[in-house]
Amino acid sequence: MKNSHEIVEKNVGLFFLFTVFAISIGGLVEITPLFFQKELSTPVDNLKPYTALQMEGRDIYIREGCNNCHSQMIRPFRAETERYGHYSVAGEHVWEHPFLWGSKRTGPDLARVGGRYSDDWHIAHLTDPRSVVPESNMPAYNWLNTNTLDGELTGKKLDTFNFLTRNRTHKDENGKAIPLYTQAEIDGAKDAVKGKTEMSALIAYLQSLGHALK
Amino acid sequence: MSSFWNIWIWVLSLGTLIGCFLLLRWCSKNFAGVKEGESMGHSFDGIEELNNPLPKWWSTFFLLTIVWAFGYIALYGLGSWTGLLGWKSSNQGILNLAESRAKTLEYLNKDSGVLVQYDREVAAADAKYGPIFDAYAARSIEDLATDGEALKVGQRLFIQNCSQCHGSDAHGTTGFPNLADKDWLYGGSPETIKETIMNGRKASGMMAWEGALGGEQGVKEVAAYVISLSGRSVDPDLAKAGKGKFALCAGCHGSEGQGSLALGLPMGAPNLTDNIWLYGGSKRAIEESIRYGRAGVMPPWKDILGEEKVHLISAYVYSLSQD
Repeated sequence: MKNSHEIVEKNVGLFFLFTVFAISIGGLVEITPLFFQKELSTPVDNLKPYTALQMEGRDIYIREGCNNCHSQMIRPFRAETERYGHYSVAGEHVWEHPFLWGSKRTGPDLARVGGRYSDDWHIAHLTDPRSVVPESNMPAYNWLNTNTLDGELTGKKLDTFNFLTRNRTHKDENGKAIPLYTQAEIDGAKDAVKGKTEMSALIAYLQSLGHALK
Repeated sequence: MSSFWNIWIWVLSLGTLIGCFLLLRWCSKNFAGVKEGESMGHSFDGIEELNNPLPKWWSTFFLLTIVWAFGYIALYGLGSWTGLLGWKSSNQGILNLAESRAKTLEYLNKDSGVLVQYDREVAAADAKYGPIFDAYAARSIEDLATDGEALKVGQRLFIQNCSQCHGSDAHGTTGFPNLADKDWLYGGSPETIKETIMNGRKASGMMAWEGALGGEQGVKEVAAYVISLSGRSVDPDLAKAGKGKFALCAGCHGSEGQGSLALGLPMGAPNLTDNIWLYGGSKRAIEESIRYGRAGVMPPWKDILGEEKVHLISAYVYSLSQD
């Protein structure tokens, strides 16, 4: 055993492998089992798939970077639930690809913003936040009023979500998985959103948030 | 959690802790064949490697972290074992609100052996603040509207939840009603205010009238008549033509434009004679309202705030229009 640690100290490749192994143990213990846990792949009872318009709104939410300033994750502290409602649970997010939990709250959490304000308020607020909240430092997104959707990719998006959520959808009475979208919904997606403004899509998305646990 | 993943977690976690301990012991032994503190026999640039042991303070702290880890596991658990405290941050596995409430009740019972930190925190706060809210809830809104302390609570709740639309002074803005005047869409009695906050209001919605009024000219005529109702000067010919067409508006706004509230109707159509304008009183704004229609929505708050808090906000709002 004389100075056998010299083998590691003098061999960068071996040292790298041992380092990777040591670091990965944390992930193997804390992350890997979660992939196979039932409660992390079972949707909550009232979870509903996004409509075609809400799905487009979600993509606008991502495009405009809303998740850089707004989280969608209510933590289990009374100080949070008093303001935002019931804390978020895993079953509300099993269909999210990618999830939009965010990591920073420059603005308030939006996990349960659906139904909290009227559509008119959202239009006023997104067009000019200061018109309703004078102290707000949120940018104005007034181009959402004039940009319209063409719906070319909407059907594909719904179809892709069917694939991404295939093992974690609701089950019918025979235990068979119900896909998020029927073929008719995928075929009709383009017509459902074509010509609508980005504003209406984003508001449809915002108004859909958080109802699954209300 | 399946037993496979349970075993996986236990083996890897305890294996790592024991492995760290063995590694520390092994590294503490002297295999160099050289006495501690003496030269290992090579030097470079005048710097000589000595056979120094691991610093005592360092290996002691390393050992302490291992001991700490065992203590932590014993208290907080590992895998599906919940530990001696039975501690959880929240009830994560729930699938609906009823299940969430049932779990909360079950685990608040000390015999359950489970300590859900969030539930305990809320229960402690309820025990502290519950009696205060209960005392306010037992009193009438008129009574609370004269109680400075109750109004302070109501105002704070208003600023947190209502000011985004109605403004922090409750004076409203375009499209969102002023709550501090005596002009009401649905009524300003304490019960009506509370009902409005609890269940929200959805205006029946003013339709777009351009088509039914025969185009732009009709819109201009009716707008002129509506403006004349509050005593402002308008082109008398336009207003006269508008008066004839106003019959279409009378179903909601009343034949004199006095609004649905004065008629005892529930659709929230504003009084057009008092020169108070929800969507702006300029000629252009009024024409726009007639041309495209309007539909205000007040969201329901009973599920978000609960009745006790709504009761206090109602008292605050009611107090604003009392002299």
